[in-house]
Amino acid sequence: MTALPRAERRSGAPYLFVAPAVLLFVAFLAVPIGYAIYLSARGLRLTGKGIFGTREEVFVGLDNYVKTLTDPGFFAGFGRLAIYGLISVPLTLGLALLFALLLDHAGSRAKRFSRTAIFIPYAVPGVTASLLWGFMYLPSTSPFSYLTRELGLGEIAFLGAGGIYPSLANIAVWGGVGFNMIIIFTSLRGIPSELYDAARIDGASEWQIAWRVKIPLVAPALVLTGLFALIGTLQVYGEPTTVKPMTPEISGDWVPLMHIYRDAFVRDDLALASAASVLLAVGTLVVSVVLLKVTQKRAFGGMQ
Amino acid sequence: MSAANSVLTHRRAQILPTIVLLLGSIYCLVPVAWVLVASTKSRGELFSTFTFAPGTGLLDNLRDLFTYGNGLYLRWTANSALYAIAGAAASTLISALAGYAMAKYEFRGRSLLFYAILAGVLVPGMTLAIPQYLIMSELDLVGGYWSVLLPSLISPFGIYLARVYAMASVPDSTMEAARIDGASEYRIFGSIGLPMMVPGMVTIFLLQFVGIWNNFLLPYIMLSDESKFPITVGLFTVLSKGSGQPTLYGIAIVGAAVSVIPLIILMLTLQRFWRLDLLSGGLKG
Repeated sequence: MTALPRAERRSGAPYLFVAPAVLLFVAFLAVPIGYAIYLSARGLRLTGKGIFGTREEVFVGLDNYVKTLTDPGFFAGFGRLAIYGLISVPLTLGLALLFALLLDHAGSRAKRFSRTAIFIPYAVPGVTASLLWGFMYLPSTSPFSYLTRELGLGEIAFLGAGGIYPSLANIAVWGGVGFNMIIIFTSLRGIPSELYDAARIDGASEWQIAWRVKIPLVAPALVLTGLFALIGTLQVYGEPTTVKPMTPEISGDWVPLMHIYRDAFVRDDLALASAASVLLAVGTLVVSVVLLKVTQKRAFGGMQ
Repeated sequence: MSAANSVLTHRRAQILPTIVLLLGSIYCLVPVAWVLVASTKSRGELFSTFTFAPGTGLLDNLRDLFTYGNGLYLRWTANSALYAIAGAAASTLISALAGYAMAKYEFRGRSLLFYAILAGVLVPGMTLAIPQYLIMSELDLVGGYWSVLLPSLISPFGIYLARVYAMASVPDSTMEAARIDGASEYRIFGSIGLPMMVPGMVTIFLLQFVGIWNNFLLPYIMLSDESKFPITVGLFTVLSKGSGQPTLYGIAIVGAAVSVIPLIILMLTLQRFWRLDLLSGGLKG
């Protein structure tokens, strides 16, 4: 950056420019976290003895964290999330990359149509998408089960014990492929075509160009999309909640956010819910930072 | 390679990729097609006829939908539009101001602010919904429009993108020239910085718009009065009440169909304004 004139350094303009953002950041991101940390260290305890004891809010230290971390239900939620994520994240990214490469491939036809069609689900809210797919899974309204029934094969247990993970993951894949495809595709378009010409002169096939030139060069976009897919997975809430009325397979604490919601609003234990929220937020941050470190900060490389 | 052989490989290089792309398109369009067809079915037809056969109940369904709860559905649509348009517009402006300042000025606390914003990108709002609820209830705002609007105004990712756009599109030399001409920093932002950032701001606006429109947990937690719900929460309540009443299933399906159409039209018309190339370009670092 060029040296800035002294007059400008004295100017209050930049502070005024960032003021609304800083104010809102503090009020709705920093303060809530701080307040949650404060609340998480408190809890209701019985004071006094026998029937005359009263429940009082007191400082309980790390009790709520210990309680959350030793709650098998909370961890079971992460376990389910892991299965869900192991299906949805690689499929979303893999398909997005595949479609982006095909859109970039000179020989493909119907590109405009496909690009638009695959992008459309991005405009559909997760809750609405879950509602659509939910009805397409439900045996009485499912077109797929209709076909298998007609063929004498019986119904497909989309919402059964074995089907629930792929079925829910499919909703995330459906909603996510298009957006990620566009990010990877625009990144592919930015590669200078001389690179391909050079590879072709060296006798590389289209496959080799895709593997050896295109994919390595769009790695930053892949890291970015992977990171957002991962963060998205950790905050899954609306999809299983929407499908829940359709199947007994989804419990009230199926994923961590549902668990937190239940603690806060059904069990009225805000302190415990705060502790779990803090753990989830910190966990998300740690996972993201580790992923960025592992990929050598490729996505947010030019930080300063 | 003989000429015939080369034509053959050329054909193969066209057909297979095109088929895969079309399969992807079908996969993405089938649920939309399904809901549009299902919305034409009467109550009896929904559970009895082949799912892709159009029914005869479209008008009845639409009447049921728009009269449900004395026109709640239209209220929900209007609420969603309010949350998404007002929230996205304000947050785009706030992001542009902050991103511009962080890209173009050196000031104390800039690095701290940058890392705070980055942390905000990595810990998205959803995990904070319950802490935000607690703050809102302390402020006595729970249940009102502000409880959904205010948290939507701050978008760390929007600020991050605005910073990238400002770095890429507002040249220091132009700002310097304006300074020599005696323009104030505010004037420089208003007449140079802002216009140059418009393409990027449109993208931030669209990202925020879709994000707020699609949000479920925040309004679900904050609101209890049905007349303030956005469409996501509204449809969810219809569906969850519907487990005992098939009528409500029908309303949920028509409601979903009607809500999807304007969004798709909006996406198609605004498609050329998506400048995600700036996004991936700026992230190369």
